[in-house]
Amino acid sequence: MSTHIPVGPVLDTTGPPDGARKVGDLKPDLLLTQEHHMCPGCGEPLTIRVFLEAIQELGVAQKTVAVCGIGCYTSFSGTLDVDLVQALHGRAPSVATGVKRMLPDSVVFTLQGDGDMVNEGLQEVLHTAARGERVTCILLNNGVFGETGGHMTATSVLGQRTKNTLDGRDAQYHGYPILIGDLIAQLQGAVYVARGSVHNAGAIARTKKMFRRAFEAQIRGEGFTFVEVLTMCPTGWFIPTADGPDYMTETLGEVHIMGELKVGGVVRSTEELHTENVRRAEEAAAAKARDLAAKHE
Amino acid sequence: MSDTRTTTTTTTTTPATTTIRSRGSVRIDTEVCKGCELCITACPPEVLSMSTEVNHLGYRFPQLHPGCTGCAACQLVCPDFCFEVYRFDEPRLTVVEVSS
Repeated sequence: MSTHIPVGPVLDTTGPPDGARKVGDLKPDLLLTQEHHMCPGCGEPLTIRVFLEAIQELGVAQKTVAVCGIGCYTSFSGTLDVDLVQALHGRAPSVATGVKRMLPDSVVFTLQGDGDMVNEGLQEVLHTAARGERVTCILLNNGVFGETGGHMTATSVLGQRTKNTLDGRDAQYHGYPILIGDLIAQLQGAVYVARGSVHNAGAIARTKKMFRRAFEAQIRGEGFTFVEVLTMCPTGWFIPTADGPDYMTETLGEVHIMGELKVGGVVRSTEELHTENVRRAEEAAAAKARDLAAKHE
Repeated sequence: MSDTRTTTTTTTTTPATTTIRSRGSVRIDTEVCKGCELCITACPPEVLSMSTEVNHLGYRFPQLHPGCTGCAACQLVCPDFCFEVYRFDEPRLTVVEVSS
């Protein structure tokens, strides 16, 4: 948490400033309204913003079909301005398979949470990936069943405190987490597998690039593409909203290593991704120190 | 200013000032904000602070101070889609008194 107190008066931000050009809109154009029912500090609307922007930039909004799973994000099914099919718990990849086979020119993606994809419908996504269906599966991974009260899912990391693992997830009693991205990367049908995050602006920009690459691979008809996004759920994690990003990188981010797990059919090792992340963090820290030094001069 | 009344003194102390450049600005839709404070930590020039009053939902909301660069980090990290980002072609200057 930053302790810096801004100097100067509070500026009027109720209307657009005079003589300025707009560089960023309130909400993505493919979202009908900015209002939603997510809790404060939720990471899901951030993900929804970037993949909708990626779809719009690729110019495929008119032929996009979304298949929505069951979770908090399901409330966006009424406000996403793309064609949408609602699937049952975990069955979204199978529904997407049907849509894509009937409408081969369409761009089909599923929107699922970790409870939906990894607990309720693990076989659906694995078989869809193994068959190499030309669809994109999007996983919003926060390590808890956010919609039904915040209990443990298969992706909760060891030691994570949830509603039914109040002393932390114990491997002897609750088992080990499933690293779904690594699992899918091993399947031959998957051509692009990436794990992004929404814990800061840089990570969100990288996640957007991952979505673009996944959709481009699907449009080229290469095979199954998968983008996992680590999202914050401060309500399910029992933490203040502002601590969500740090908590996420320290718990989920340490186990579910972020980065592009498989590009062009080539699997990248966890060590390689980890080295890349460490280098990136060091560069960011150095840049911040440089900025601070420049400010004090 | 209190200085105008102290006419007997020969040296008047002018308060120290600093000039802050604003290369951008934001429009904040405070009524949809849920007060998560993600924008406060995400802002690179650290020019956002939380208000003391609340909106119709009962949440505190962010306020902008001079020094915005228009980088759109707040817009990217805002889950409630509160920020509209603007950039000035000519930076706006704000003179601010610095308390010693």
